[in-house]
Amino acid sequence: MATFPLPLADLLGHWGSYIVYGMIGIAFGMTLESAGFGNSKLLAAQFYFKDMRVFKVMFTAIIVAMTLIFLSSSVGLLDYNLIWVPPTYLWPGIVGGLIMGVGFIIGGFCPGTSLVGMATGKLDAISFVFGVLFGIYMFGETVSGFAVFFDSSDMGRFTLPELFDTSYGIVVFSIVVAALAIFLVAEKVEAAVNKRPQQRLPAWTRPAAAALVALAVVVVFAGQPSNADRWQVIAAESQALLDQRKVQIAPAELLNYMNDSKIKVLPLDVRDERYYNQFHLRGAVHVPLERVQEKARELHFELANTIFVTISNDETAATEAWKILKAESIPNLYILEGGINAWLDTYAADSFTQDERVSLRQEDQLAYRFNAATGSRHRAADPHPDFLDLKYEPKVILELKRAPTSGGCG
Amino acid sequence: MSQISRARPYLNPYLAGTFLGVVLFLAFFITGSGLGASGGLNLLLVYVQNEVNPSHVDQVAYLLKMAGGNTNPLDSWIVFLTVGTVIGGFISGLLGRRMKFETNKGPQISNGTRWLMAFIGGALMGYGARLARGCTSGQALSGGAVLSVGSWAFMFAVFAGAYALAYFFRKFWN
Repeated sequence: MATFPLPLADLLGHWGSYIVYGMIGIAFGMTLESAGFGNSKLLAAQFYFKDMRVFKVMFTAIIVAMTLIFLSSSVGLLDYNLIWVPPTYLWPGIVGGLIMGVGFIIGGFCPGTSLVGMATGKLDAISFVFGVLFGIYMFGETVSGFAVFFDSSDMGRFTLPELFDTSYGIVVFSIVVAALAIFLVAEKVEAAVNKRPQQRLPAWTRPAAAALVALAVVVVFAGQPSNADRWQVIAAESQALLDQRKVQIAPAELLNYMNDSKIKVLPLDVRDERYYNQFHLRGAVHVPLERVQEKARELHFELANTIFVTISNDETAATEAWKILKAESIPNLYILEGGINAWLDTYAADSFTQDERVSLRQEDQLAYRFNAATGSRHRAADPHPDFLDLKYEPKVILELKRAPTSGGCG
Repeated sequence: MSQISRARPYLNPYLAGTFLGVVLFLAFFITGSGLGASGGLNLLLVYVQNEVNPSHVDQVAYLLKMAGGNTNPLDSWIVFLTVGTVIGGFISGLLGRRMKFETNKGPQISNGTRWLMAFIGGALMGYGARLARGCTSGQALSGGAVLSVGSWAFMFAVFAGAYALAYFFRKFWN
């Protein structure tokens, strides 16, 4: 799991890695063309129920790819958290989809198929490609007029199992079965519309369909790795980082990065709300320990130059949160060494540390008294830059972001 | 280019779909992101815009992030994916003896009408693809396979839009 996705740029160099994408593109183009998608008449026939090829090819591809993806994820070959799942912007997506549907029936292609149509000399495809370029150009010129709508109904990374509150396996299985059933209906519809007897399917299709259903059943019963499973995979390596204190960064190092304009620091404060209200660092986001795992989804969308730092009063809860987020493949993840207590020891005024110190306290409790909810208005929440010259042992090593930041239409 | 000998038939759609599914899976498996087409066309267009009128690109926020300052819009994996798609289509067309300059259309309309319709449809497709943040490949196919809610909603919208107007455009295709 540790090497997913393949670090192509490290292996082949910046431009070398693009060769791999070029080869994937070639395979993509070859399958599209050999499926008949370079021919607009065949594509349009879908919408008159004469030849439901678009439907068959597309849904076969979806169920095959989907089953393989979640099977690989079940056995730990692939990390679903690092897969690019197009974020859901519901209404712009639906309106854009309707416009594209209209474009499809008028123009006879979609952007991908028009490329292979163009490559095989179809003149209507060439005209279509110029149309696409014009449409994209017009969008760039007009989007500022409806920017609010374009960014509306943003639901982030939102998946069908989350929508239906069920497991990934159940959704995968249901889609496979539904698609196969629809294929049978499509065969009957084609025969009826073309007034011919139903075509016999090639002999291999039945065992292939059965095999796909069987794999989907495996996905159901194997399940997707839980956070605990994912931790097990990385436990040896990651526990060593904790034990050797390679990820606990000193307050001074954190402050240094908080004042570095090239780096974005996201302090994740995992303490109880009352502690957070009493005092927290500038820019700290309150994420109670029980909500850390769901927060991971959003964190994957942060910029590549973001450092995540988990914070509790000492280190106990922060270490728990670190393990959860580490298992969810969050990059550049650190713990504030000694927690808020060490931070206050370092940066609060001497009068404060002397007068407000709590004599007896339990682990991971606040070592200082706050008489009011000062939040981040406390002077120690954003210490004066003079403190920046404190010495510390640097531990942060920025790693390249592993999760893709855009899909093929980015 | 004339048809040298008879074109080979297209693949059985279920077989083609299986191949496409495996390619899509490999794309995810190797790179973590799926397939796409409109993104590459977009970046090519922005590249041309930036060559012709760089100050305009620097003023439009939407274009700026793709080609502002020293950003080279062609320095992106999506462009290589798109170029590969064209090359792949060309290879497959050669192997299948389907390379031919022709215009596919219904028998009732002229070539000129078909080209105009293709341009208009393409413009709608390009505009809609940017609005929906993806096209049939990037949203419907790739996002569908990884179970994005938005991608499935998008997919149904595309089919709904096309089926809703199919009746009115039947003369163009039949």
